[in-house]
Amino acid sequence: MGIIKTDKLVFEYIRRDEEGNVEGITRAVDEVDLDVKQGDFVAVLGHNGSGKSTLAKHINAILYPTEGAVWVDGMNTRDEKDLWNIRQEAGMVFQNPDNQIIGQVVEEDVGFGPENMGVPTEEIWARVEESLKAVGMYEYRKFSPNKLSGGQKQRVSIAGVIAMHPKCIILDEPTAMLDPNGRKEVVRAVRALNDVEGITVVLITHYMEEIIHADKVFVMDQGRIAMEGTPREIFSQVEKLKELRLDVPQVTLLAHELQRSGIRLPDGILTVEELIKALLAVQNQ
Amino acid sequence: MSIILDHVDYVYGGDTTLAVHALKDVNLVIPDGQFIGLIGHTGSGKSTLVQHLNGLIKPTGGSIYFNGEDIHAEGYDKKKLRSKVGLVFQYPEHQLFEIDVFKDVCFGPKNLGLSQKEAELRAYAALKQVGLQDEYFYQSPFDLSGGQKRRVAIAGVLAMKPDVLVLDEPTAGLDPRGRDEILDQVAKLKEETGITVILVSHSMEDVAKYVERIIVMNQGSVMYDDAPKEVFKHVKELEAVGLAAPQVTYIMQALRKNGMQVATDATTIGEAAREILRALRE
Amino acid sequence: MLRDITLGQYYQTDSVIHKLDPRVKLTATICFIISLFVVKSWIGYVVAAVFLAVMIKLSKVPFKYMVKGMKSIVFILLITVIFNLFLTPGEVLVSVWKIKITREGVQTAVMMAVRLSFLIVGSSVMTLTTTPNSLTDGMEKLMKPLKVFRVPVHEVAMMMSIALRFIPILLEETDKIMKAQIARGADFESGNLIKKAKAMVPLLVPLFISAFRRANDLAMAMEARCYRGGDNRTKMKPLKYRGRDRIAYGVLAAYFAVCVAIRILA
Repeated sequence: MGIIKTDKLVFEYIRRDEEGNVEGITRAVDEVDLDVKQGDFVAVLGHNGSGKSTLAKHINAILYPTEGAVWVDGMNTRDEKDLWNIRQEAGMVFQNPDNQIIGQVVEEDVGFGPENMGVPTEEIWARVEESLKAVGMYEYRKFSPNKLSGGQKQRVSIAGVIAMHPKCIILDEPTAMLDPNGRKEVVRAVRALNDVEGITVVLITHYMEEIIHADKVFVMDQGRIAMEGTPREIFSQVEKLKELRLDVPQVTLLAHELQRSGIRLPDGILTVEELIKALLAVQNQ
Repeated sequence: MSIILDHVDYVYGGDTTLAVHALKDVNLVIPDGQFIGLIGHTGSGKSTLVQHLNGLIKPTGGSIYFNGEDIHAEGYDKKKLRSKVGLVFQYPEHQLFEIDVFKDVCFGPKNLGLSQKEAELRAYAALKQVGLQDEYFYQSPFDLSGGQKRRVAIAGVLAMKPDVLVLDEPTAGLDPRGRDEILDQVAKLKEETGITVILVSHSMEDVAKYVERIIVMNQGSVMYDDAPKEVFKHVKELEAVGLAAPQVTYIMQALRKNGMQVATDATTIGEAAREILRALRE
Repeated sequence: MLRDITLGQYYQTDSVIHKLDPRVKLTATICFIISLFVVKSWIGYVVAAVFLAVMIKLSKVPFKYMVKGMKSIVFILLITVIFNLFLTPGEVLVSVWKIKITREGVQTAVMMAVRLSFLIVGSSVMTLTTTPNSLTDGMEKLMKPLKVFRVPVHEVAMMMSIALRFIPILLEETDKIMKAQIARGADFESGNLIKKAKAMVPLLVPLFISAFRRANDLAMAMEARCYRGGDNRTKMKPLKYRGRDRIAYGVLAAYFAVCVAIRILA
C-alpha cells in the first residue's frame, strides 16, 4: 500500500435552503481510487468544482468520507486516535497565502506547527532554519509576512509544513492567486522538496505547465477521475483535455494543430525543445 | 473623445524615506474604441495607473484629461467621470453586498441618480451583456459560482454605461474555463458596443489573442506601447523585467535560429501553425 | 500603504529596555500608573518624572515619538483641565462674571494634566519598545495563574495575536472595497448622519463576509497544522528571566517604595 490510498472514496454534502430544508445532495467526490507511492510527485488537475479540493481535504482528515476510506501511511483517517499523526504526516498548503499564515514574523509562523506538536524549543529553531532554507526564504526570517510577495508567502507556508517533518505534502491550488513569477517560485520550491528531500507531493492545480514534471497525473471531472497517466500520456489526448475544458500548453496545442494538418509529429509534445527537434527532423526528411 | 495622461507622476508615502515612486512620467493617449492590454508584473504600477483614469487617485504631478477636460480641475464632476470610465477591480466579486444579483447591479445606476425604472432597465441589459442567465437574477450573489459572481460584478460597472471599461486582472483566480469565458464575453461586448476596453493583466498569452495595442509597464514607467507583434519582438527585454512573450513566439524564434525559414511575429497558435506549414512546404 | 502601518507603534532599536522581558515591562507600566495615583505631592511627581525620564533615555527612542501618542488625547486632556479649573470650589483667585478660578482648581487641573500625560508617555515607553507579539506572550504568561479560575488565557492571547496579524490586511481590504464602491458611484462623504450610515452598508457587508471567509480558512489552516489549543504546546521563543530582568524588578520595587514613602511622610 502506498503512502496515500483511497478506496472508492465518496463525499456527499447536503444542500439546504434558507429554512434548513434539504434541497438536494451533491456528490463532490465520486468513487475515487487513488494510490500514491512514497516519494512520488503526483498532480491532480481539474477545473473549479471538479472535486479536487474536496479530495485533498480528505487526505489531511479535514473532511471524512461519506463512503469508502482513506489511508495515510497505513492509518485510516476515520481512526480518531491517529488524527494528529495523520495531520503531521500529511501536511497541507492552501490557496490563499494571506489566510494561512498565523505568525506575525516569518520564523514564528514556521515554528507554529512544531509548537503545536510539542517539539522542544531548540529543535524548533533547528527545524525552522532548515525549512526556511529548503524553500529559499531564510534571509526573510525576521520579516513581517505582510511585506512579502504572494509567491514568498506561499513558500513560507510550505516551510511551515515542512517544519512538521511530514512524509507527504498536499498543495491545494497553491498558485491560483499568484502572478507568473510567484507561480514559478512556488513550483520550483515544490519540485526541490520532492527531488532533494524525497517528500511525496500531491499538487492540485489547474495550470497545465506546472505538472509536466509530475510522475503521475490524475484529471478530475464531476468528482470522478476522468484520466490518469504520465504527463505525456495525458497531453497526447488534446481533444479529450479540451472536452474537459482544461488548458493545454501552447506548444502542445501547436504540435496538435500541426499533426492535424498532416505533419507527422510524435504524440504528447510537452516542451519547446521537443517540438523544435521534431519539426527539424520533419524538415530534413 | 479620449483620455490623455500628460506627464503623470505618482508618489505615495509622502515626504518620508519610505516614499514610493509608483508612476514616473507616464504619457499616454487612449482614443475611443481601442482594445488595449496593460501588462506588467506585480508592483509595476499598472493597478495604480488605472486608478488614475477615473480619478480615484490624484497624481502628484502632471494632468489627466478626459474628453479635453482636466479631471482634477475645480468643479469637475468626478461622479460623472466614474460613470464614463468604469473600473472593475481585481476580485470584483468581493464588493458584492446586496440581497440579490439584480439589486446589486442596480447600485451603480442608482448612485447616478437614475429612476428605479431606468436603473432596472440598465441592470437587465448589463446582466445580459455579461451573459448571465435570467434564473440567477433573483438569487443571492453569494450563492453563485466564482465565475458567475465575477460576471455580476462586471455587470455592476457596465450598468453605468461607461464609454471606457477598465478591467483589472479580470481572470485572476479563475480556472481556464472561467478565464476563457470572461475574456470571450469581454471581446464580444467590445465588438457589439464599440466601447474602449483596457484589460490589465500579467499574462501576455491571455491578452495577445484579443487586443490591438499593448502597453507594458515596468517600475512605474511605460516600457513599450505598440501593437502586440511589435511588443513581442523584445522577448529578451520582456524577460529581464519578469514578463514573458507567448510560448509561440519562443517557438518561432527557436525555429528560425535553427535554420527554418519562418517569420517570427506570430502571436497565436493559428498564425504559428500556418507559418510553419508554409515554411515546411516550401 | 495601509499595510505598512505598524500596530502598537513599535520602534526598532537596540536598547536595554527593548531587551527586557515583556512581563517586566508590563508589570512596570502597571506599577508606574498606580504610582501616579499613590503620590499626591509635588515631590512625588518630580520622582515620577525623573523615573520616566531615565526610562526614556535608556530606551533610545527619540522623545518626539513619545509625544506623538499625546496628540490623540489632547482633547481629553483639555476637557479634564477645563473642568477641574472651573468647577473645583475653594479659595477664589480670579473671578470673571460667573466663572471663578480657585487655587484648588488650578492645583487639581495641573495635577490631572501631569498624571494623564505621564500615563500616556509611560505606556508608550512600553509599546514603543515591545513588539505586539512579545506583549501578547507576556500577557499570556503573566495571566497564567488565572487559568485556575477557568479564564481561557491561552485562547485570549492567541486571539489577540491573530487580530494583530489580520488588522492590517483588513484595513487594506477596507480601502480596496471603498474604492471599488466609489468607482460604482458610491458616496461616503456627503449627506447627514443617517445617509452616511446607510452609505456604509456597501462597505461593511463585503468586509464582514471577507472577514468570515478568512476566519474559516485560517481555522482550517491551523487545524491542518495540528493546532489543538494551548495544552502540551511548546514555545519557539519561551520567556525566560535573565539577570537584567531581576535588576529591573529591583529598580522598580525601589521606585515604588520611594513613592509609597513619600505618600506616608508627606
